[in-house]
Amino acid sequence: MSSNKNTPLGQRNLESMHNYATPLGRRILELVRNYAVPIMFIIICAVCIPLSGFSTSYLLNEIITRMGRNIFLILSLLIPIMSGMGLNFGMTLGAMAGQIALIFVTDWQIWGIPGVVLAMILSVPLSALLGLMCGKLMNMAKGREMILGYMMNYFVGGLYQLVVLYFMASIIPIKHASIRLPRGFGIRTTVNLTNMRQCLDNELAIFYNGVKIPVLNFIIIAVLCLFIVWFRRTKLGQDMRAVGQDMDVAQAAGINVDRTRIISIIISTVFAGFGQIIYLQNIGNFPTYTAHSQIGMFCIAALLVGGASVEKASIGNVFLGVILFHTMFIVAPKAGVAITGDAMIGEYFRVFVSYGVITMALIMYEIKKRRARSQGGELLALAQKEGGAAS
Amino acid sequence: MRSIKKDFFGNQVLTDINFTLEAGQVLGLCGENGAGKSTLMKILFGMDVIRETGGYEGDIIINGEKVVFNTPFDALKAGIGMVHQEFSLIPGFTATENILLNREPQKKNVISQVFGERLNTLDYKEMDRRAAAAIQKMGVEIDAKMVISSMPVGHKQFTEIARELSKDQLKLLILDEPTAVLTEKEAEALLNSIRAMAAQGISVIFITHRLHEILSVCDKVVVMRDGRVVRDVSTRETSVDDITRWMVGRDVQSAASRAEIKDEKADAKTVMSIKNLWVDMPGETVRNVSLDMRQGEILGIGGLAGQGKLGIPNGIMGLYEAGGTVVFDGQEIPLNNPRKCLDSSLAFVSEDRREVGLLLDETLEWNVAFPAMQIQNKFLKLLLGGLVKWRDEKAIHTVTQKYIDQLQIKCTSSKQRAKELSGGNQQKVCLAKAFALEPKFLFVSEPTRGIDVGAKALVLDALKQFNRESGVTVVMISSELEELRQTCDRIAIISGGQVSGILPAAASSEEFGTLMISKVV
Repeated sequence: MSSNKNTPLGQRNLESMHNYATPLGRRILELVRNYAVPIMFIIICAVCIPLSGFSTSYLLNEIITRMGRNIFLILSLLIPIMSGMGLNFGMTLGAMAGQIALIFVTDWQIWGIPGVVLAMILSVPLSALLGLMCGKLMNMAKGREMILGYMMNYFVGGLYQLVVLYFMASIIPIKHASIRLPRGFGIRTTVNLTNMRQCLDNELAIFYNGVKIPVLNFIIIAVLCLFIVWFRRTKLGQDMRAVGQDMDVAQAAGINVDRTRIISIIISTVFAGFGQIIYLQNIGNFPTYTAHSQIGMFCIAALLVGGASVEKASIGNVFLGVILFHTMFIVAPKAGVAITGDAMIGEYFRVFVSYGVITMALIMYEIKKRRARSQGGELLALAQKEGGAAS
Repeated sequence: MRSIKKDFFGNQVLTDINFTLEAGQVLGLCGENGAGKSTLMKILFGMDVIRETGGYEGDIIINGEKVVFNTPFDALKAGIGMVHQEFSLIPGFTATENILLNREPQKKNVISQVFGERLNTLDYKEMDRRAAAAIQKMGVEIDAKMVISSMPVGHKQFTEIARELSKDQLKLLILDEPTAVLTEKEAEALLNSIRAMAAQGISVIFITHRLHEILSVCDKVVVMRDGRVVRDVSTRETSVDDITRWMVGRDVQSAASRAEIKDEKADAKTVMSIKNLWVDMPGETVRNVSLDMRQGEILGIGGLAGQGKLGIPNGIMGLYEAGGTVVFDGQEIPLNNPRKCLDSSLAFVSEDRREVGLLLDETLEWNVAFPAMQIQNKFLKLLLGGLVKWRDEKAIHTVTQKYIDQLQIKCTSSKQRAKELSGGNQQKVCLAKAFALEPKFLFVSEPTRGIDVGAKALVLDALKQFNRESGVTVVMISSELEELRQTCDRIAIISGGQVSGILPAAASSEEFGTLMISKVV
């Protein structure tokens, strides 16, 4: 029998995967399998861009604006993935906290960058509290964090509506009639941020060949990226990685697993709050009751489009994902017109693709796990065949 | 350790254990499964289970001081390190990261001054240095930068040991079957590193089933059986044969009675034939097993834990991924398909009665009748020409009552819920469930695990009776050799996932013992 007959199976398949050089064809197949989603999107974009007929500078302008707008939000998803809690659908909680902070800042008429900074500061306690709650619940439902986070959206979304629709201006003081509903309490369906609009984007902005580069925005994003890189090297980051890979082992080594997981969710929620504020200042107004509802879904879809999975995501995935996802959004309506004569098709596409991508990522995650399991059996059969031939 | 006693809910598992270990000594600990080795080590290491089940009696004395460990962390502080049978490593971390898991050297920075120590950055250089030192101490070469999941098993084992060695205060290292997963070469390297550790003044307790390893590396050997220390001798004065005898040797006579009746069945036809079976059951891997079972016999399958005896029934019944051919009654049984097995009148009493065996929240009646109802449409009234199936409560009640009487299941009524019964009675319900299927062939896996002596005898008698009266072929898997010898006609011993031999029940303990360890991996 072969010399490695004594090693358990899980190890042996890895060894054999490393030892035997796989033929080129199989390696490409493996690559395609692992990066199916990004490859699909690259193809879609490659087809749609010429069909849409947009100029390069328009396209670049749009993509760069959207990158500045969206990347911070998506980066907030990375830390829970690192600590093994999957895609944080609960990031919406942070977005709600950010919106509440923005409503206050609007009411106090603090505009421009000071307004944005103040809103961020205000959102922190609220996000942290919601994150703590979310983290505690997720510790009770280990292994089902994603569905729990998703359901939390609806639950906390209801609370948000209660606060904004009934408590604001009745219990919570709101001075300005312009954002109040005509009946005297509650907030209007749209909050106008005109005086704050793109204040981060315009500060230090550089125009290059007609393409506007929001430098300050990108500096903020760069700082967050550096923070994430640095964070991985801290004790807490190391603990999170350990917890993410094997909770039992981490526990046995004396790491406080529950606390680490809660901290991870709190950080994510706080960053999501910041991200939502950056996102909304770019757009310049927000629908009070629905602005947060799709944000988690789109951010997660973008991250997955960038090649991330439920258990592994990098900063590179975020950037690639944002570029591909938004390129598709920009060109799809025009391409839709070119193909079918109907602009709505692009809009349909957007929603359908987001859900589709998330579903696909979740299924592939399960398939991968199952394949790893059945590999053990295959190798056992193989070893037996080899053994039979030798004896 | 002095007069250690431990019981689980009145079930005495350790009695008067005494032994001493000097600094720099290597002690080999061996014994059959269930002899109490693991429990003893759990006490020594302060594991939670011990405290939760009512603590222990006796004293542990380290360097002249009596110590009590409430948690493993206390034991670690006192300088005891333990390498468990299952790896406790983070798969995506490098060896270095695993060796220093949660003990990483850190550097302070501005942010950590404000937000607390957990935001200290890790000192990667110092980590590399310490990990290298620990690996050096072990005297084996492993790549500290390699990720655990791509390492061969041996290196994982060494990483675990290096982790214990990297703790400065380490005085006593417990190795629980460290060579079980190693190849011969790796095992040899491990033995060398044990010698190197001992030379540095670290005491080692070495638990293994490979007896020649004990002889080659240990200063003394302690043999345990049935919760007692039966021998405590210097390795120089003993041999593999001696140890084997001490391990298994009970009164050899008692088993002989069963053997006489059996000869007539030697020429009975083969009812099931297994060829080249493999089963990927974690911890119980089966490799290339071929086995024939004769009509109407009771075949025992024995062997040490983790050698694959449990994998055989679980694989054939389709609970774990398996391959090979199984022919039953002239027909090939498709593997990985539990329903097909049940349809061909095979039945299985699982060793995992709480998870697989019983519907814990349901009544006894349901538990007994459920599979028969599902598989064979028994206990059903067919209405509208079979379109609607109605449960026949009366028939269910009758059959349950019959088995309650026959197996003396202690319960308040046949409507009691299964989880309220004691372990032994639950086991009887599992048997009743299988009997109600009226199978032609029955697998019984670890039927006496965790039940008391009285219930044990009843369960075994019920099996024998079922075999005799209905002519059903029974395959019984058990880690207790004595029990197999009392019940079975022939006993196949599984070692290293393979059949190492088949003996009549009357064969001597030594013969069984030799087979058990012959291919141990």
